Amino acid sequence: MEDTIHKTTLTREGPWPSVVKYIKVAVVLFALTALEVLAYEIVDEGAPAALAAAIEPVLVAILLVLSAAKFVLVGAFYMHLKQDSVFFSSLFVFPIAVAGMLVAVLIVLFSYMNSLY
Amino acid sequence: MSTVDVAHPIHKTFTGLDNRKVAIWAFIGSECLFFASLIGTYLVYKGRSVVGPFPHEEWTSPSGQHFEQIFEIPLVTFGTGVLLFSSFFVVMALAGAQHGNRKMMIGWLSATIVAGLFFIGMQVYEFTHFAHKGLGFTTNLFGSSFYTLTGFHGTHVTIGIIWLTTVLVLAVRGKIPPEKALNLELAALYWHFVDVVWIVIFPVVYLMR
Repeated sequence: MEDTIHKTTLTREGPWPSVVKYIKVAVVLFALTALEVLAYEIVDEGAPAALAAAIEPVLVAILLVLSAAKFVLVGAFYMHLKQDSVFFSSLFVFPIAVAGMLVAVLIVLFSYMNSLY
Repeated sequence: MSTVDVAHPIHKTFTGLDNRKVAIWAFIGSECLFFASLIGTYLVYKGRSVVGPFPHEEWTSPSGQHFEQIFEIPLVTFGTGVLLFSSFFVVMALAGAQHGNRKMMIGWLSATIVAGLFFIGMQVYEFTHFAHKGLGFTTNLFGSSFYTLTGFHGTHVTIGIIWLTTVLVLAVRGKIPPEKALNLELAALYWHFVDVVWIVIFPVVYLMR
């Protein structure tokens, strides 16, 4: 009885992805990396000029979004968090949230300190 | 009547989860904070070096010595692609292990190790090249934070290669049957973590100016 309770609260028990799915994820990861480098190169080379001018102000945002998408894809499909126990997801996601806050606090703190001197 | 998991009869915890898998996820969680501190340090020191060489710009010292920009994006992009594909290779090896396909497991696991070795080779070449360009560990803030962050990542990749190699040796000896595929899964989880860390490092360090 106890086992049943733990199973229903902690596990998703979904089937793991097929080989075809792994290949599709690999292709998407490759494409997202190519987009990252393409966005950087357009801004770096300044050509085409109009596109470079449009991308430059949002380059950091583009890179962060593409990086986050790749991170989620690897976590969900290759690390099987989408199918595996919710407990494992929480063991991974909670430290990532703390880590994100740590980086943000460090940046804010140092920006403040630098504004003083 | 309760059921007994024949594959892992002694490792189940009160959660119904394998304690080794809980342990590796807890370890990966702690590693997230470790790398967050290194990435945070790199970001707060970004653009604050008083002297060159710099990552994206050329620099001439007051004594007239000229320094090229440090980063070479094509090389590191290729290394990034190889590391990304190594994550695909290791899930294929795991699929082979779980389906009892020993040939598939050994082949893809070998490919993963070769990809990891290539990435480390790329990093050794990159560090050597940067040193020749005048960027030492104590040259400036950029050099210190860059070598610390990417060096620790490279160390993790090296540990991953050693771990995967031990699993490969066991697989070759026929000691990874389907019911022991978890041994490979734990190493694969660590390897994927090393990959996702690089997914963050690559744009933050190399592509953001």
